[in-house]
Amino acid sequence: MPTVGVKRDLLFKALGRTYTDEEFDELCFEFGLELDEITSEKEIISREQGGSKASGASDVILYKIDVPANRYDLLCLEGLVRGLQVFKNKLEAPRYRRVAPVSGEPQKLIITKETAAVRPHAVAAVLRNITFTQERYDSFIELQDKLHQNVCRKRSLVAIGTHDLDTVSGPFTYTAKPPGDIRFKPLNQTKEYTAAQLMSLYKTDSHLKHFLHIIEDKPAYPVIYDSNGVVLSMPPIINGDHSKISLNTKNVFVECTATDLTKAKIVLDMMVTMFSEYCSQPFTVEEAEVVYPDGKTCKYPELAYRKEKLSSGFINRKVGINEPTEKIAQLLTKMCLRSEVTGVGDEIQVEIPPTRSDVIHACDIMEDAAMAYGFNNIPYTTPGTYTVANQFPLNKLTELLRQDLAAAGFTEALTFALCSKEDISDKLGKKISETRAVHIANPKTAEFQVARTTLLPGLLKTIAANRKMPLPLKLFEISDVVLKDETKDVGARNSRRFCAAYYNKSPGFEVIHGLLDRTMQLLAVKAARGDGYHIQASDDSTFFPGRCAEIFFRGKSVGRLGVLHPDVLGRFELAMPCSALEMDVEPFLGRTAETALAHEVAAAAAVHRPPPARPASTRTVFGDVSAPAGLRALDDFLADKSYVEGFEATQADAAVFDALPAAPGPALRHLARWYNHIESFRRERGGLPAAKGRFVLDAFEEHVDVDAFNKI
Amino acid sequence: MADTGVLETLLRRIEKVDDGVDSLEVATSLGVDHQVLVGAVKSLQALGDLISAELRSSKHWELLGEGTEIAEQGSHEARVFGSIPPEGLGQSELMKLSFGKIGFSKAMSNKWIRVDKAHEGGPRIFRTVEDIEDQVREKLLLVQRGNSSKLEEKEKNELKKRKLLSEVTVKSYWITKGSSFSTTITKLETELTPEMIANGSWKEKKFKPYNFEAMGVAPDCGHMHPLMKVRTQFRQIFLEMGFTEMPTNNFIESSFWNFDSLFQPQQHPARDQHDTFFLSDPALAHGFPPDYLERVKKVHSEGGYGSQGYKYDWKVEEAQKNILRTHTTAVSARMLYKLAQQEKFTPVKYFSIDRVFRNETLDATHLAEFHQIEGVVADYGLTLGDLMGILHEFFTKLGITKLRFKPAYNPYTEPSMEVFSYHEGLKKWVELGNSGVFRPEMLLPMGLPEDVSVIAWGLSLERPTMIKYGINNIRELVGHKVNLQMVYDSPVCRLDS
Repeated sequence: MPTVGVKRDLLFKALGRTYTDEEFDELCFEFGLELDEITSEKEIISREQGGSKASGASDVILYKIDVPANRYDLLCLEGLVRGLQVFKNKLEAPRYRRVAPVSGEPQKLIITKETAAVRPHAVAAVLRNITFTQERYDSFIELQDKLHQNVCRKRSLVAIGTHDLDTVSGPFTYTAKPPGDIRFKPLNQTKEYTAAQLMSLYKTDSHLKHFLHIIEDKPAYPVIYDSNGVVLSMPPIINGDHSKISLNTKNVFVECTATDLTKAKIVLDMMVTMFSEYCSQPFTVEEAEVVYPDGKTCKYPELAYRKEKLSSGFINRKVGINEPTEKIAQLLTKMCLRSEVTGVGDEIQVEIPPTRSDVIHACDIMEDAAMAYGFNNIPYTTPGTYTVANQFPLNKLTELLRQDLAAAGFTEALTFALCSKEDISDKLGKKISETRAVHIANPKTAEFQVARTTLLPGLLKTIAANRKMPLPLKLFEISDVVLKDETKDVGARNSRRFCAAYYNKSPGFEVIHGLLDRTMQLLAVKAARGDGYHIQASDDSTFFPGRCAEIFFRGKSVGRLGVLHPDVLGRFELAMPCSALEMDVEPFLGRTAETALAHEVAAAAAVHRPPPARPASTRTVFGDVSAPAGLRALDDFLADKSYVEGFEATQADAAVFDALPAAPGPALRHLARWYNHIESFRRERGGLPAAKGRFVLDAFEEHVDVDAFNKI
Repeated sequence: MADTGVLETLLRRIEKVDDGVDSLEVATSLGVDHQVLVGAVKSLQALGDLISAELRSSKHWELLGEGTEIAEQGSHEARVFGSIPPEGLGQSELMKLSFGKIGFSKAMSNKWIRVDKAHEGGPRIFRTVEDIEDQVREKLLLVQRGNSSKLEEKEKNELKKRKLLSEVTVKSYWITKGSSFSTTITKLETELTPEMIANGSWKEKKFKPYNFEAMGVAPDCGHMHPLMKVRTQFRQIFLEMGFTEMPTNNFIESSFWNFDSLFQPQQHPARDQHDTFFLSDPALAHGFPPDYLERVKKVHSEGGYGSQGYKYDWKVEEAQKNILRTHTTAVSARMLYKLAQQEKFTPVKYFSIDRVFRNETLDATHLAEFHQIEGVVADYGLTLGDLMGILHEFFTKLGITKLRFKPAYNPYTEPSMEVFSYHEGLKKWVELGNSGVFRPEMLLPMGLPEDVSVIAWGLSLERPTMIKYGINNIRELVGHKVNLQMVYDSPVCRLDS
């Protein structure tokens, strides 16, 4: 949110009255501004550079006001005052007009085709017979700075140049030239430089160095000349010294060069609407003609007033108030949106001035009506939206497990999802290439190089930071890690993990093992090979050799536990033995596992789904699965099995899946569970292992090989 | 327990007197250290109402080491005077004495002695008076004899300053007979045992009283993290209000869903490298719904749905860039899109509380990742007043009833409101969060019906938690630098009390 600094007394003078700080704060709040700070130049300098530097500085009171990021018309004293005065009904919004010059011939800005490669757009206008004072001049410069920082996106989209028109003579040419060929005396310098020299000169300029990158690597730099070859500016870096404006400047030539034409027009409109107030004919702006490389011409500034029609009913309905049409029109007029009742039903015609580029939709007009009405005058209502709440199954399971893990004597840690590459690889005795980690392109420090692929480093760092606490330390965390996954639209997915660590004078493998047993008990999984869980010895470089086991659930590996390798402990600066456990949570979701995740649904909608082909054959070893009997047989078969064959999904599942003419109903719950599960393999089914047996028969094959049952 | 001999002797002493005895006096007369007697008193007290003891304290003045020396041998200046014979003494000779240097100047200022600097053979000291009165010594002697009350306070403080005296506080017990006084000691039982219960002997036994002033033994237990406790409460509040939880388990998001679908223009500063973490691997997302993508592109670059649009060259390459999501609203966008794909629109209330990421400069209240709380309601004809009403209900559940709304700007909501509440402690309005009505340019390209409004609000989980638990530095709360003691000690979370 941009902050505008204005001198308090100057502001009050322009507003025609004084306010206490509290009153002004209140006014700001109502208008969507925020009186951020009350300070002075002296205070700012002494805070930033120390008291001694501030001795000569002004102690005139400054208001620092936060302005919404889309309200470019409030970025200077002139605009703020105009907005507030109209809001308080003290002033009618001025009408900005573009006028032809008295001489008849408008100033011309000719764009050459060379600019296309670097900064193709330019617009211009003239402020005729303007009277500057020191304050107006300061505000004029300040507004350019604020626009450059905000709508101009640090000059990358638009750069503004303002010139004393009487020091140069048109027509002006906007072209692009190799840096060595541009030579001029830049603003506030005493000698001439080539563009190339300027770029190195400004490398150390605390202000200008931030803009150099915009054109630095371009073969040609943008430049504006007058008819005598005088350089007006080299946008977006610096103006020429020759045409610089002063307090005595009477006629100002404003040019905006840009990579975004819409923004250039907005910026030009802002500059001229704000300061045309000080022209001899207030609020008039002299047009300038821009000639394009193709010969087409355009007059600027646009200063377009757009008319929109909407109904007061729309506004009342959206805001939740019930005001007469006349009143709504008055409210909008207070917001500089001159409105009148058309007389057709409850229709209002709203005129959007060139200063309100933020109004792009009827909803913006509606908001202004609500602001003018006063947000805090709107009555609170409760919508009658009837809904039944559901928890996200994975979070529900997580919440339940966390409770009971704390009850099991472990304390919950909360560690960062981002970490260094080293944390998840070298320190754990792994290679980064094995981790499936997603990598961050622009980390400010090594702490944010990757998203974690394991919760273990976070717990070990938590222990290291709490080594002074009494032993044992028993920690756990249930949270997400991130893994690369090509089947997802973003190429990565979260995986919910449960991790626990036991840190004491002895490794306490039995404690961590006991916690695993307890966790399985909580998950209603019995200790058994096949349908339950079991652990078996495994090798893992994170763990001490011979002290690591892999956890299997229904035949699938879901995690590991063991005593950490002394090298790993050392790298995390731990002096005591430690045992740890890390496992996936998602395999334990059970029936809710297949609940489609919303972000997948949105992505899946994008994937072209071929129309479901009729299965070639519905005849299987379980019977004809297009008939209820066959389906029931298959349902019975799957009552105590996860897969048609073995302990993992294979082509046998895929084949039977394809044989089913439609998704089974919920009554066949084992079959439905299996069906949803197999459906989740849709993208990766090509990679499933081959089937050992044959389960789907040819459409007209008579003989059913009942032995297939017994082989399983 | 103190030596039973001392206990019994003490009890007999008490028996003999009518009023009571002073522990200090008893100690002196028994020739034991006072601490032994204090131990005896404590032991007797533990045995029931055998005695009653009242703690007394008295102050008296005592000589310090140097004070004792002066009381015995005289003050330094007096000793200087005393060591000078009638014929005088060489200054260098005097300075060799242990008290020479220190006593010399005081004796000089008392005008007891003089120095003859011109004396042959070096400066020489002579007496100037016949007799002296060694007041310092006399005062100290008074104190030594226990007559310190004869000195004025000022004098005592003066001597105290010279480290000659110190005031000591002596604590002693005034011991009298208790309600069940006896000179014999019966041993008290510490605890009830199964045997006592079995044989009924507990009826005859006397039990040692418990010390209820002491703390109990801390139970051996695990603890939930305070931030997660607060998260649980917020979840509970949403569930009470009928909100369904969104699946936010996708930290990696495409710029498309995080920004473009929300009508956040591609040049928006939030999309800068300075504010958002971009991914280098996997760098790009794919598989956006093609029709929807076209509609998003159009509304940004040309407008439509009653909007002027932003009128810029919208690039799919920019939308494809993968990032760490900067808000959970990306998930809300996916959910609303999904909702719009339903055959018939049904009203929904959604919530989520999950991590979001910002490439920000870190300080005491900002980390690169934090938890965002978000609520979304989609229904026909929702109003700004409805949003305020729901926010009022929501914050009432947090114990916050006084709300105020400030107009604000947000690229994807219009109107947008910052929510403030009056903080009784700080005596000012503090910002709680942001809220608004999603823009038609966001909702209509998704395919939601035109008369459906979607209202939403968001706040951070960390801020209310830090206020709730009085934590000033966010690193003590979140991340591995957490103070586990704080986790162990944190109370349950009741947001409304």
